[in-house]
Amino acid sequence: MNNLMTREKWQTIKSRYSIYLVLIVMIIVCNLLNENFLSPRNLSNISAQISVTTILAFGETILIIGGLLDLSCGSVLALAGVLSVYVFKETGSLSLAFAVGLIVGVLCNFVNGILVRRFNIPAFIATLAMMTVARGIALLFTKGQNIYQIGDYVWFGQGKIGFVPLPVFFMIIVGIVTWYILGHTSFGRSLYAVGGNEEAARASGINVGRIKIGAYLINGAFVGLAGILLMARTNVGAPNAGQGYEFEALTAAIIGGTSFSGGLGTAGGTLAGAFIVGFLNNIMNLTGVDSYLQQVIKGGIIALAVGYDMWAKVNRTRKTLGAAKLPNERKEAKA
Amino acid sequence: MQKTLLEVRNISKSFPGVKALEDVCFSVKEGSVHVLCGENGAGKSTLMKIINGIYQPDGGETLIKGQKVEITSPIKAGELGVSMIFQELNYTPEMTIEESLFAGRWPKKSFGRVDWKTIRQKTLQLLKQENLSYDPETKLKDLSISNLQMLEILKAISRDADIIIMDEPTSSITNKEIEILFEKIADLRARGKGIVYISHKMDEIFRIADEISILRDGKVIETRPKDQFDIDSVISLMVGRALGQGYPKEEVPVGDVVLEVDGFSGPAGFSNVSFNVRKGEIVGFAGLVGAGRTEVMRALFGLDDRFGGTVKVHGAPVRVRNVQDSIRNGVVMLSEDRRRYGIVPIRDVKENVTLASMDQFFQKGRLNASKERSRVEEICKKINVKMASIDVQVSTLSGGNQQKVVLSKWMLQDPDILILDEPTRGIDVGAKFEIYKLMTNLVKEGKSIIMVSSELPELIGMCDRMYVMAEGRITGELDRAEFSQEAIMRYAMNMTRKAV
Repeated sequence: MNNLMTREKWQTIKSRYSIYLVLIVMIIVCNLLNENFLSPRNLSNISAQISVTTILAFGETILIIGGLLDLSCGSVLALAGVLSVYVFKETGSLSLAFAVGLIVGVLCNFVNGILVRRFNIPAFIATLAMMTVARGIALLFTKGQNIYQIGDYVWFGQGKIGFVPLPVFFMIIVGIVTWYILGHTSFGRSLYAVGGNEEAARASGINVGRIKIGAYLINGAFVGLAGILLMARTNVGAPNAGQGYEFEALTAAIIGGTSFSGGLGTAGGTLAGAFIVGFLNNIMNLTGVDSYLQQVIKGGIIALAVGYDMWAKVNRTRKTLGAAKLPNERKEAKA
Repeated sequence: MQKTLLEVRNISKSFPGVKALEDVCFSVKEGSVHVLCGENGAGKSTLMKIINGIYQPDGGETLIKGQKVEITSPIKAGELGVSMIFQELNYTPEMTIEESLFAGRWPKKSFGRVDWKTIRQKTLQLLKQENLSYDPETKLKDLSISNLQMLEILKAISRDADIIIMDEPTSSITNKEIEILFEKIADLRARGKGIVYISHKMDEIFRIADEISILRDGKVIETRPKDQFDIDSVISLMVGRALGQGYPKEEVPVGDVVLEVDGFSGPAGFSNVSFNVRKGEIVGFAGLVGAGRTEVMRALFGLDDRFGGTVKVHGAPVRVRNVQDSIRNGVVMLSEDRRRYGIVPIRDVKENVTLASMDQFFQKGRLNASKERSRVEEICKKINVKMASIDVQVSTLSGGNQQKVVLSKWMLQDPDILILDEPTRGIDVGAKFEIYKLMTNLVKEGKSIIMVSSELPELIGMCDRMYVMAEGRITGELDRAEFSQEAIMRYAMNMTRKAV
């Protein structure tokens, strides 16, 4: 029995922390491949590069845990970004521009939430529609033109708090917020239950609709923020920005152990997933891997990561079902 | 002398940390029904999965018709003439009967086209041969569970299976359907098939068995012809101790009416249902499957819609628009379908237990983790949930313990009225007894229980009063003194309707 308990514990630890192990191994390997890899300058660069997609990835993590998904984040990011830039150019107020960015993100995702909850449209379809609509509005609004000369707005992307670039600072804040929501609030607890078994959650008195809309609203704020940061970092209000970012975000979340069947996932895992992707990109650039080949490698790694996860899960259930169930039942029989 | 169709010798199987089967010997003769019984976790499923090729044994040998074989996969098992009918049937809802009968081995024409004509012919022929009047074009989603089972049996027959394994086939079908199933089993037996029948329902076991084997803790404790057993000896061999036939029922003083339901009607097919429950009372709801009992309870609990009707709790009318309302009124419900409505399997015990009472542990949305741990541990100890710790995934627990986790969840709410819909379905004898004990303790504390069950003995054993439903209406009400299987069945089949 004792042996069994340690085995179970070991398995929990393994499944919970294996992603961090992968991250550490990766750092060691990258460091061997290129001595500049661990320089503060390079690390700071990587963090800044991944900040926008990582913020999106935190939103996706929250949604996927709840059995949802957002394909529209790349487009909504562009819409929120260009409107925010526009407001700044018109009013000169950074705080107003910031607020507009967040509000646009939240509003678009409120619509996502309503489509999913009220009209029972699958999240995949609803956000696919929003992806097209938001991109269209962004292009209509700017007549397809980039907004240049955004002035002080670049502070959001290029400013620093101490030695930490502002986007990295925001990424950390969003990570902490996600971690707190998921692990320490009743909303987070409900979200895991809704994603793990929606019917059981409803039958336990959880307002499933409210949880789903809540998840979209939080995601919306993250997406809006990401839009502001991206425009400021690139020094242009670009309606075409952020294309394909939804997949970058999903990649980070999935590599970080968020289960697509819902009910599983953590903020720490997603952050690790984002850094794994970031390190991979960085080391491939540093060692001069062909950029087309890079895509192939990245895709392969996603398949590998998820494949391993599924394989480990099947193995785990087999083992725990065999190992944990029987002794429990035996005790019961003898009790 | 009957031929032995299937024999396993000295089969052993270990999973990490536990021996699931140890030196098991088991055989099935042609034209006979061999019942395998044992508590959940005794190793029945493991043994059947080995025979069906899902698991590979660590040691021992398998013989089919005297030939040594290795059953490496369910497909191989099928080729060797072994067919298994699972307790929980998996099926493709949109498939038709004829499609599913020949699934995976559809006869082909040129260019790989499916030969539907032959399929239709063969299906009709098979249906005729088996005396069944199904329409081959009916979709599986429109069939009842018992019809789906029958279809599985047909599949087995059409594959020329000699050995048919049935895993608790009667756990979710009505008494009438059980009769049909038993007729079919008798028919198969007469045709020389060997049948392995897994069950823990004593009356069934003694009706259909030729031989009985009892499995306990991964070992075959006893194999004998039926007439050398009696119910008591089977039960005591199964649990390894003598278990009284009685239920842990105690007389509890009954108080005022706490719940009054009047004129309940709903889209799920029940109408004008009225009943009441008193303090300290266990009120039973009997009826055949499909009588509308679960539907009434779901509407009462706020899970489903209703057209009309009022609910009074402690004499005051209350609104029940959703589950939250119901919980606030002190009414909770344990669902018949634990895996669907009871647990979140991939989350741990702790989260499952506090799922309905998060406001107790989250002050201003923030978790008080130590308070949560201690309350969950306390309640799980009281309900006697057996687990390594409250941090293990609920999916790793046995059915009985999962049920206790759901009960623990509701006990945290300290409800006045508990609706228990099939609380002992699919759990073993020992855990059943614990649930009965718990029910008795709850009414002693002054709570009230509505118990919906399809097992008449447990209703008769545990209830103070009983309503019987048929076709969406209440057809009878009985006091404990009037309880008898006959009286209940008359109401349940609605044979007592007054002549107008």
